[in-house]
Amino acid sequence: MSTAERTAVTATRTRGLRRILRPRARLWLGTLAAALILFVVAPAALSGYQFGLLAQFLCYAMVAVGIGLAWGQGGMLTLGQGLFFGIGGYAMAMHLQLDDAGPGGVPAFMSLYGSGTVPAWWEPFRDPWITIGTIILLPAALAALLGYAIFARRVRGAYFAILSQALVAAFAILLIGQQASTGGSTGLSNFRGFFGYSLADPLNQRLLFFLAAGTLIGMVLLVRLLMRSRYGELLVATRDQEMRVRFLGYNPALVKTVAFVVSSVFAAVGGALFVPIAGIISPSDVAVVPSIMFVAGVAIGGRATLLGPVLGSLALSWVGAQLQDNYPSVWSYFQGALFVLVLGFLPQGFATLGGVLRRRKGDSR
Amino acid sequence: MTLVLTTIVSGLCVGSLLLLIALGLGLTFGQMGVINNAHGEFIMIGAYTAYLVQRALGDPGSSLLLSLPVAFVTAGLLGVVLEVTLLRRMHRRPLDTLLVTFGVSLVLQQLARDLFGAPSVNVTAPAWLSGDPFVIAGADVPRTWVFLFALSIGCVLGLRIVLGVTPLGRRIRATVQNRDLAETSGISTAATDRMTFFIGSGLAGVAGVGVTLLGAISPTLGTSYIVNAFLVVVAGGIGQLWGSVVAAFGLGILESFIGFSIGQSTAQALVFLVVVVFLQFRPQGLIALRTRSIA
Amino acid sequence: MTTTRPLALEVTGLRVEFDGFVAVRDVDLTVPAGELRFLIGPNGAGKTTVIDALTGLVRGTGTARFDGHELLGRPVHRLVRAGIGRTFQTASVFEGHTVLQNLDIAAGLHRRPTTLLRRRRGVPEEVLRALDTVGLDDLADRPAGELAHGQKQWLEIGMLLVQDARLLLLDEPVAGMSGEERAATGELLRRISRDRTVVVVEHDMEFLRNYADTVTVMHRGSILAEGGVDEVQSDPRVIEVYLGAPLDAPTATATARATGRETR
Repeated sequence: MSTAERTAVTATRTRGLRRILRPRARLWLGTLAAALILFVVAPAALSGYQFGLLAQFLCYAMVAVGIGLAWGQGGMLTLGQGLFFGIGGYAMAMHLQLDDAGPGGVPAFMSLYGSGTVPAWWEPFRDPWITIGTIILLPAALAALLGYAIFARRVRGAYFAILSQALVAAFAILLIGQQASTGGSTGLSNFRGFFGYSLADPLNQRLLFFLAAGTLIGMVLLVRLLMRSRYGELLVATRDQEMRVRFLGYNPALVKTVAFVVSSVFAAVGGALFVPIAGIISPSDVAVVPSIMFVAGVAIGGRATLLGPVLGSLALSWVGAQLQDNYPSVWSYFQGALFVLVLGFLPQGFATLGGVLRRRKGDSR
Repeated sequence: MTLVLTTIVSGLCVGSLLLLIALGLGLTFGQMGVINNAHGEFIMIGAYTAYLVQRALGDPGSSLLLSLPVAFVTAGLLGVVLEVTLLRRMHRRPLDTLLVTFGVSLVLQQLARDLFGAPSVNVTAPAWLSGDPFVIAGADVPRTWVFLFALSIGCVLGLRIVLGVTPLGRRIRATVQNRDLAETSGISTAATDRMTFFIGSGLAGVAGVGVTLLGAISPTLGTSYIVNAFLVVVAGGIGQLWGSVVAAFGLGILESFIGFSIGQSTAQALVFLVVVVFLQFRPQGLIALRTRSIA
Repeated sequence: MTTTRPLALEVTGLRVEFDGFVAVRDVDLTVPAGELRFLIGPNGAGKTTVIDALTGLVRGTGTARFDGHELLGRPVHRLVRAGIGRTFQTASVFEGHTVLQNLDIAAGLHRRPTTLLRRRRGVPEEVLRALDTVGLDDLADRPAGELAHGQKQWLEIGMLLVQDARLLLLDEPVAGMSGEERAATGELLRRISRDRTVVVVEHDMEFLRNYADTVTVMHRGSILAEGGVDEVQSDPRVIEVYLGAPLDAPTATATARATGRETR
């Protein structure tokens, strides 16, 4: 080995060392910064209305973090996260309705649309622990079953996307159709309390925001942990060369299912927190279009990065809130144009914009 | 017994529309690896074309017949525009095209909303379709259903002939099977792609005219058909004409039966389940080409 | 890696059919332990199909035994656990991962699943050994996507070594390689075949003459001849299959195919 080669090797070694040291520091700094912004700056700088909006966006961002893992790392484009968001949301909404109605009580909308009796499958949701368990376990079980069934048959990526979309479409239609037990297209709303705390109290609203912010930060950290583990490397490997992974003795379907389950649970938790914050859940929050909009934020931010999905989702939600009410027509065109421009010209999202520009510059030189 | 028959016939009617829509989706996916989410909006465009033609002509009968070719060409040309401006650079990236065309569909929907207004509009069915229903074995069969069925079968046969015997069909089949080889054999695959997109989108336009016979037209008309049409493509096998035919009618009849016995909203969910279970046994769809390639 | 006695592959009556077309018929193939066997034949002779059948990618009938395990009709992960490893005509490595990461993933077969949740710390013994064997030590931190064509093939073979495959089925490992890379690959195959059974599908006759222990010639789905290199080379039936030319002729087509594949 020549001296030049040896220095080159040492250089890569030290660079490797820095790679081990720096993420630690970056992790703490990043977490601290996020916590500062969400727990100190946001409450001080935002009006009550904006603060409530941001709290909703944080819930959407939880879905985005999960999609980032499933799609960005695992290559599974899921257009059906509304299903899991909806399961979490409706489970929580049912509990809140029953809780408001009191022991043995009947939610108001049921007397309005239906027979005035609580359906048997609603009853378990009187119990807060069963509700929380359902919010986490039902989506996990469903995602595991569905994911494994689809991935084990080596169904191509496009099929998975189409099937997940069909699934969420069916779910929304089902919700609308069962008006007597789901509130139909108006959904469930008018919640008064959240596990014993009044939702009208501004202090409690603030606490809910902090709960959402903390959960989101926790999810990002968990995904970071997964991405840096051996499992994370294996997931990316499965995305890129499924056949090789299989011939190394792994079961690719299992590898993918795990990521899909995690992302579904994230979506469900997001939905569950969304309900007390937004005060409503309806089929229009969980149908085909919102499900694709979850993906849009991820695509815009950068699907394969850690923070891209969160930032993209937050940015898209914020722009949406500005335009939607005042210029609904402009918002539609804007959304459409965004999809076309980002996926047509910057498929890895804005997180990679710097790299793309640098490469362009390098080329022209 | 007549009830069963009515259910089957209504399923065939739903299936006819699904088939027209799925044909175009399957063609473009099979040939270019493009999943066109805006395909539903071509249906909507076909429907508004029928509306405009009727407003211009007045007579429901002649305007319906004229609408069919006009909608075919209008939707077809828009499909070509979409292919040339956007999708050509995204071949074989199905997931990205899926999302990009969703953006296109948002724009087209809003465009329709700005042009025609958000409330839905109606097209009057001609007298010879709104007359007394046919009675087949004791069951009432509305004339519009028969018309839609005939329209769909006619389009399938037409497509079959185009693909089977014309030079264009040969070029399309060659491009589907081996793009590089087709290109080196002197076939302009870019031109073939444009033609395929024209035909596929045009068929959606024709389906849009048919949809006007069943109900009102609104800017979001396409969204209610597109998801099921995707299921037909998946279940039938990509790029498989006969697979799509069987899958479309099968799903239509299935949905009609479940919808009648349990309820429309449950039907959609159950149909989806059936497709997923079916794919467990035949992941390539009803009909699949067997090749040695592993990719 | 535990160096135990290498094992023999025994195939009898292998038959593969695609919709009525018989791609492989009545193939009997015995590869003794520790042998470097080449499987050659004109295009369409069924060489790759034999490997595909042994590794569960296409359905075959007959029997194929290795180390007392029946291979046909087994799911892939069972085959891998039985000690079978294979490569593909286009190297299938994880391009976004470094060489080290690639090899580390290959080592997962012998780890408990719970280790997946932990971060990769240090380099496992078998990975270091494989790096050394395939000669990629200096490139360990390089993304696999940046490797040269030949290096990718070596990495893929290295992954099979890490997973400790006892039977290696290699599909045209030197296609598209430069002369130097071919020689290096040949030496590598020699080295690893000492304590493993290796079957190589190949077109390159020069390569075959230099490195093969024994050769099996396939033609139209069946076995035409088998034996040592010289023996096979002078077999009149083999010469006839290769258009009467001495065995060099197919090299040209092989190179053409290889370069064609590069542009794909």
